[in-house]
Amino acid sequence: MEAPTPHEVEVVHRTLTDHLPILQVIIPLLAAPLCVLLRERALVRGMAIGVAWTCLAISVTLLQHVMEHGVISYAVGGWDAPFGIEYRIDLLNAYILVVVSAIAAVVFPFGRGGEGLALNPARVHLFYAALLLCLCGLLGMAATGDAFNIFVFLEISSLASYSLIALGRGRRALRAAYSYLVMGTIGGTFFLIGIGLLYQTTGTLNIVDLHDRLQPVIGSRTVVVAFAFLVVGLGIKLALFPLHQWLPNAYTHAPAKISAFLAATATKVGFYVLLRVLFTIFGATFVFTTLRLHNLLLPMSLAAMFVGSLAAIAQTDIKRLLAYSSIAQIGYMTLGVSMGNVDGLAGGIVHLFNHAMMKGGLFLVVACVVLRTGSAKIDDMAGLGRKMPLTMAAFVVGGLSLIGVPATVGFVSKWYLVKGALERGWEPVALLILLSSLLAVIYVWRVLEVIYFRERPEGAKEVGEVDATMLIPTWILIGAAVFFGLRAELTSQVALDTARMLLGTGL
Amino acid sequence: MIGYAMLVPAVGALLVGLVGWLTGEDEETGGNDKREAVTIVATLVTFGIVAGKILPAVLDGARPAWTLFEVVPGVPLAFEVEPLGMLFALVASGLWIPTSIYAFGYMRGHHEHNQTRFFVCFAAAIFAALGIAFAANLFTLFLFYEVLTFSTYPLVTHEGSEKAMKAGRVYLGILVFTSVTFLLFAIIWTYQLTGTLDFTDGGILAGKVGSGQATILLALFAFGTGKAALMPFHRWLPNAMVAPTPVSALLHAVAVVKAGVFTVLKVIIYIFGLDFLTVTGAAEWLCWVAAFTLLSSSIIALTKDNLKARLAYSTVSQLSYIVLGAALATTAGALGGGMHIAMHAMGKITLFFCAGSIIVFAHKTEVSQMDGLGRRMPLTMAAFFLGSMSIIGLPPMGGSWSKWYLALGAAEADHVIFVFVLMASSLLSIGYLMPVVGRAFFLPPKPWVDDHGHEHAPQTTRSEGHWTCTVPLCATAVGCILLFFFGTEVRELLLPIFGPTSAMVESIR
Repeated sequence: MEAPTPHEVEVVHRTLTDHLPILQVIIPLLAAPLCVLLRERALVRGMAIGVAWTCLAISVTLLQHVMEHGVISYAVGGWDAPFGIEYRIDLLNAYILVVVSAIAAVVFPFGRGGEGLALNPARVHLFYAALLLCLCGLLGMAATGDAFNIFVFLEISSLASYSLIALGRGRRALRAAYSYLVMGTIGGTFFLIGIGLLYQTTGTLNIVDLHDRLQPVIGSRTVVVAFAFLVVGLGIKLALFPLHQWLPNAYTHAPAKISAFLAATATKVGFYVLLRVLFTIFGATFVFTTLRLHNLLLPMSLAAMFVGSLAAIAQTDIKRLLAYSSIAQIGYMTLGVSMGNVDGLAGGIVHLFNHAMMKGGLFLVVACVVLRTGSAKIDDMAGLGRKMPLTMAAFVVGGLSLIGVPATVGFVSKWYLVKGALERGWEPVALLILLSSLLAVIYVWRVLEVIYFRERPEGAKEVGEVDATMLIPTWILIGAAVFFGLRAELTSQVALDTARMLLGTGL
Repeated sequence: MIGYAMLVPAVGALLVGLVGWLTGEDEETGGNDKREAVTIVATLVTFGIVAGKILPAVLDGARPAWTLFEVVPGVPLAFEVEPLGMLFALVASGLWIPTSIYAFGYMRGHHEHNQTRFFVCFAAAIFAALGIAFAANLFTLFLFYEVLTFSTYPLVTHEGSEKAMKAGRVYLGILVFTSVTFLLFAIIWTYQLTGTLDFTDGGILAGKVGSGQATILLALFAFGTGKAALMPFHRWLPNAMVAPTPVSALLHAVAVVKAGVFTVLKVIIYIFGLDFLTVTGAAEWLCWVAAFTLLSSSIIALTKDNLKARLAYSTVSQLSYIVLGAALATTAGALGGGMHIAMHAMGKITLFFCAGSIIVFAHKTEVSQMDGLGRRMPLTMAAFFLGSMSIIGLPPMGGSWSKWYLALGAAEADHVIFVFVLMASSLLSIGYLMPVVGRAFFLPPKPWVDDHGHEHAPQTTRSEGHWTCTVPLCATAVGCILLFFFGTEVRELLLPIFGPTSAMVESIR
């Protein structure tokens, strides 16, 4: 009997495990319409949680596989790249998939059903359908190796998140969702234009293929214009200063649970796509040597860090404060990119994970507060230190992590960013990174003083601690912020390897 | 063993919190016997491990070590006990015992609220101080340095008043600002330059940096260690005096401030290396900054009428003795600095205990109110006298040894001017400490006027205060005398930090 060719072996022996890259995306996609059909609240909620946990299991398996055996390439429908859509899982997106699905797995079970969402109980199933679609879009963006496919998932996740934000209380939520819709659509369109130009030039949409085919024409006007469209489009998506205006309103008026989910995932995936575009499609040499992108990215990142933090200091609403803090933290990530060296880039990548943990946790704390007091005003948090000791302790730890105290994840990010800046010979930048973290001390401490030193006002609503369904998810994220602050070798090794990979061959 | 020594205060903190929470605060007495029992057991066990298990090993020349795991690749969370850290750990854990006993009486006498939080944070602060003492590298040290800052913040703001919150902001602001901007910057830079952060005999920077860079790096380290209270970053310390007196006594005369100067000593001895500093002269300027701080804060202390404020500025001054000793970069100077950690701790904690007793039991805070107080509280004021003698540096008090070696170090470095600076500051300390004793013993008691303008006859009957306060302050006063006679032992403990065969060591022996 003749030995089968390698190609045939692959086809014949495909098992369920080989389909993991696509299952990751398909499961939430199929679960979303099922939610609408099932309608039953408890059932829908259970299914959403189950989907999130399944996705987490899949992504962890994928990350392990990638770390041991290298890149996984999956041809959708059996059509091989570059003609078919390729799902390509390397270290970077395996890592992103874990972050996104882990956040989903923790945040989805938060609270009972529609509790705290001010939602008509009859429509809870629609909420979960949108949430699952959003998850599907985010995972799809991360998993796919096809530029147009990224756009498709970008739109899926964006449309789902507009509707989720619109679920917030009051008319302002609608306005916030609408302005996010406008900005997000502009961003999406820019991204699409960029891809269109690249397709016109190279005739391919596969990311790896794009990289190879771009090399002969890399300096041409079309390619540079495409680059500009892509970067600006993604800049809107990841709320890069000064394209961040949509973010504070969106995070402030969305239901707190949604703010937690989006703050921890949506901008992170946007950042991931930016990395893909910069390093995989165009390549570090073109971006940093030919275009000198760092001349633009560095000042914008620094501005984001300071403007975001200063704005956060001035806020009276805790959600808005955290939102502005997010803008500053995104500045840290892009700052890492602008350094263009391993330590800096690793700092940006590890901060992506770290920020997801701490900001997700902090927004969940806020969700608990809003649920109990019905308000997100900082002044209304007075005296909560005694009333909700466990929740507020979580806020303290999360806040310390935002500041970057050692033994929290915030410190690890700062460590690599400062190291990268020093390696680059940017001593003043290193100093600015440290100084900006002092601004975090101010905005965190303002809140802590209200929580612990002010008495609960006379006649204020009697409040108590939230139940375990909320405390456990909150403390998982906050606990992770401490755990990965101490055992940072786990995350930073992945980040360093990823950074080396991105700066090296491109893939 | 290191693990156990650090675990006990950490677990102690949790247990104190648990017991306090389960039994509830006793609003009547302001105390809680069960919670206090847990505290005292934790103090005794901690000191027992440090003095009974770790100290003999270190005296035998061993350096017990404990590495947990790498936090970021190449930088582990690791501990190693060398003589200097041994001394600091002994001082911090040893003085925790009398301070706890003192705190029981003080907090009850003052009817303080939130006592559970107080004792929890106190134990956490000792945990952090031990972490600093045993740290094997700069990262571990920095971690516990920050833990110490944040765990003492609730103690500083304990009162909860607007004044306490303002003081808390200054406290946190200066300590976090200096440590994050300068110290962390210096640490990462050092790592960038040398690829290691381990405390190594002879230093790690020699050959890696030039003298200019070394000067900048040293400045970042020295000013970054805000807890060492070098001017202009000293203001947090007088502000921290708003805390209950046991906190001022153990933390802001011993654990926190000594953590600062300990960090400076460690950095100079194990990161820069004395020889490297002597060769490059990178620490020359630090001598002058320390000398300036030392003199000017002594002068400020003279102007303060509030006793705790006076003592706080005295502490700022005494801390700079240690920084000066380290910056001289001579064996005798560093040795004097190291010894002064213990000597000043014993003296200053006595003074703060006395000041606290005077506040709680005689209701006096200003020096000018203390006329004739010696008739009412003879033991307390006698202890104050002994503590003052030690701070001034007169025999037969422990403080005389460290000042001796500091002066010797200045002479050895051919900086005779600093010998005069030290002498001048000692004279100034006579000027700000002895009037308290003089007024108490030699002036007749004055009638005092209360807040409503009523005049009261002075109380002359003897009333020393509760025994839980009197016994600790007498014990530490006696400790000042004992340290004089055990000066040699302290010196012998410290000498190995200069390496076993150093010629400079022989010159001291």
